[in-house]
Amino acid sequence: MTDPTSYKAGLWRFVPATVQAILFGFFCTYLAPVSGGQIFDYVYPWVPALGIEAAFRVDALSLLFALLITGIGAICFLYAASYFEADRRLKRLLTLMSLFAAAMLGLVLADDAITLFVAWEMTTLTSFLLVGFDHQKERARYSAQQALLITGIGGLALMAGLILMGEAAGTYRISEMGDLTNAPMYLVILLFIFIGAFTKSAQFPFHFWLPGAMAAPTPVSAYLHSATMVKAGVYLIARLSPQLGGTDIWIWTLTLVGAATMVVASFWALRQTDLKLMLAWTTLMGLGALMMGLGGGSYYAVGGALTFIVVHAFYKAALFLTVGLLDKGAGTREADQLSGLRRAMPRAFIIAMLAGASMAGLPPFVGFIGKELIYEGALQSPVQGIFAATASLIASALMIAAAGMVAIGPFFGEQKSPKEAPKDPSPLMWVGPGLLAVGGLLLGLFPQGLDALITQMTQTVRGEYGAPEVKLWHGVNTALFLSLLTFALGALFYRYLRAIQGSLIIEERRVPDSDRVYDILLNAMKNTAAWTARTVQDGRMMSYLRVTFITLGLMVWAAIFAGEGQVATLELDIPLFHWVIVAITAACTITILFTGSRLIAIAALGGVGAAIAVIFVLYSAIDVAMTQLLVEILIVAFVAIAFIKLPRAGTGALRIGDAIVASVLGLGVTFGMLAVQGADIALDVTEFFEQASYPEAAGRNVVNVILVDFRALDTLGEVAVVVIAGIAALAALRAGKRIKE
Amino acid sequence: MNSSLILRTGTRALVPVFLLVAILVLLRGHNEPGGGFIGGLLAAICVALYEKAFGVDEARRWLRLPPMTIAGIGLAAALLGGLWGVVEHGMFLTGVWPLYEYGPDGWTGWPVGSVLLFDTGVFLVVVGVVAAILFALEEAGIPEDRPEDGEEHS
Repeated sequence: MTDPTSYKAGLWRFVPATVQAILFGFFCTYLAPVSGGQIFDYVYPWVPALGIEAAFRVDALSLLFALLITGIGAICFLYAASYFEADRRLKRLLTLMSLFAAAMLGLVLADDAITLFVAWEMTTLTSFLLVGFDHQKERARYSAQQALLITGIGGLALMAGLILMGEAAGTYRISEMGDLTNAPMYLVILLFIFIGAFTKSAQFPFHFWLPGAMAAPTPVSAYLHSATMVKAGVYLIARLSPQLGGTDIWIWTLTLVGAATMVVASFWALRQTDLKLMLAWTTLMGLGALMMGLGGGSYYAVGGALTFIVVHAFYKAALFLTVGLLDKGAGTREADQLSGLRRAMPRAFIIAMLAGASMAGLPPFVGFIGKELIYEGALQSPVQGIFAATASLIASALMIAAAGMVAIGPFFGEQKSPKEAPKDPSPLMWVGPGLLAVGGLLLGLFPQGLDALITQMTQTVRGEYGAPEVKLWHGVNTALFLSLLTFALGALFYRYLRAIQGSLIIEERRVPDSDRVYDILLNAMKNTAAWTARTVQDGRMMSYLRVTFITLGLMVWAAIFAGEGQVATLELDIPLFHWVIVAITAACTITILFTGSRLIAIAALGGVGAAIAVIFVLYSAIDVAMTQLLVEILIVAFVAIAFIKLPRAGTGALRIGDAIVASVLGLGVTFGMLAVQGADIALDVTEFFEQASYPEAAGRNVVNVILVDFRALDTLGEVAVVVIAGIAALAALRAGKRIKE
Repeated sequence: MNSSLILRTGTRALVPVFLLVAILVLLRGHNEPGGGFIGGLLAAICVALYEKAFGVDEARRWLRLPPMTIAGIGLAAALLGGLWGVVEHGMFLTGVWPLYEYGPDGWTGWPVGSVLLFDTGVFLVVVGVVAAILFALEEAGIPEDRPEDGEEHS
């Protein structure tokens, strides 16, 4: 156990992968009925008082995502089990990834808006922990925090958006919300939902956290930041399309943001030399394409986007894992240091070729179908057709060059790698990506299996019938010509990859760095917070008391002016004895104000309390009077002890500001009491307590019976607060002692 | 020890009486003025008096248990009193009177039960917390970077 190199995880490491595989099988049983148009609802009560349910729904859209999560999950978990075989942190890694998988399943299956939000936040949190997995590294911590903040802000926006949707629709069941495009808050809802979706799916200008998240271990990047979590935003847009979609602002926002992300990301992908980072940027391109497609709204655009989700999950996860193979087998992920490995690592080579061909959109791979549908969708868009088609064309061509970087670059030419004898890692590691890569080819050859599901999904998203046919050969049309043009352009880009990289490196210095902007904003926020704390919390008791009293005074006066009742007039016809007490109180108060000695002030304060206790006695509130008197005694003792320890005595000079505050509050309380006197007080409760006290609670002292029986829960709470206050006071006083020593 | 002889002698004589009264007030509180809170305050004043007369260390020894432990026992007693109601009536904090019965002559028997346990808990919390803060205050030093309190003139 002491030698870290000798560690080898037991067979338990395959348990999470097995669980995912079983779940995958479970969801497969839904395939046939759901493809036939059936929908399964599972609803459990959660917080019935607020209309919140744990509602889950298996329809085509959620089923596809569930299959991706569990299927790719099984593969990534198996891969991680071998990748981290000799690492003690494997347990933590697999636990976190399993938690994430559960949250992600909850997210896509949820039909209740609040359930969806909770699962959404769970994915954010687990992602944070996984990005910061190498927490000894500063860069990992920075990236984790960045990912958490960006997606966390999006989560808050999403919550606001979902609640507004729920309130507008009168239900939190997403499937029952109906069309909300005419809701009065539509634009606000849309803004919030967009912020949520764009941050999660790393759309421009929130895109920068995703490349940073590549600090996570490779299996995590393949699973969270390529196949599943980053698609949550896309899923959200697809899920909410029936409720919010179809308006001009919806179409244009998604098209512009998606297109911007797509083009920017595909250029920066070529700039990278680290293959994993390069893949991260191409993932961004894919996410942009998905957003654009969903925004298009025509059935080709939506169907194309949905097909592309499958396409992308297959090839991107496979490529990520292949880069992991290279890293393990050849010792680096840097493109410049790898070449000619096709003989040394034949399995990695075959997988990279298959997945890369799908990424480049070559027939007969499923990537070709996806790309054709996207072109078709772009061309069919009524308004933004040319724009969308051009953006797609540029991005797809750049994708071909990127595919070349990962599938051709490391494997052809002269053999070169940091490791002396590069070779394929164990079968447990390459069988997963292998399955994905072959799956991409099989789906391209036999797309019929996908067709029914895509048709159902397109209907779910668009809310009406009509879906594109998912097939390999769509005939000679504009999309095919665009494909051919893409191949030519892509080949050209790959040929001049070095030159493009060179100019991008020069350009990089000129464009504003998103990380810099993020840092500036973050620091500005920190400084503002520090400034606020310094200003508000000046650490002086006087300031706190002033603020408290001013607030209290304002509240009392506001209550008096807002009240409708009659203010009682002062009763001046009282016995002489009462006047004496008033005189004592007044004399004590004036003494406190003008004495220069703290001890006299304390004693006088006790006098005020004692006089008030006598007033309570006069109105036969014996319990209150006793409490008042005893508390007064203790206060005098406490304040005396405290003041003796304070070096300076008060000067007794008049402080006008404090005098005004005191007068406002004092007069406010006086008028407040008179207003209470003038108001009608319902005596039902009093009567009940008086009648029930003896027969039901065995006590004649109503005050005590209320304290320990009728309202005992309040007392219990107060007692607990007293204990907590005691602990806090002890901590504060002991801190003072330490400073002295 | 620098307190006066009169205070020390007086305290020795008064404290037992005070404590007796405090317990009496606690016990009679259900029918006459009094109760756990008032009784607790009285007992706390006893502690304060003892502390002023004999000093913090002597007062701690006299209490035997650390003050916050007393408060903790009190909180636990109050909770137990509440849970007793759960066991007996299925409702938290419902009064349970095992030896006390209501009949035509009013309540007869021994007036002890969950309510008294609860009130005793309140008593102990008040004593414990007041004693704890008092002792800490006596032992506390003056922080050197103490902000000047309210000496400015406007």
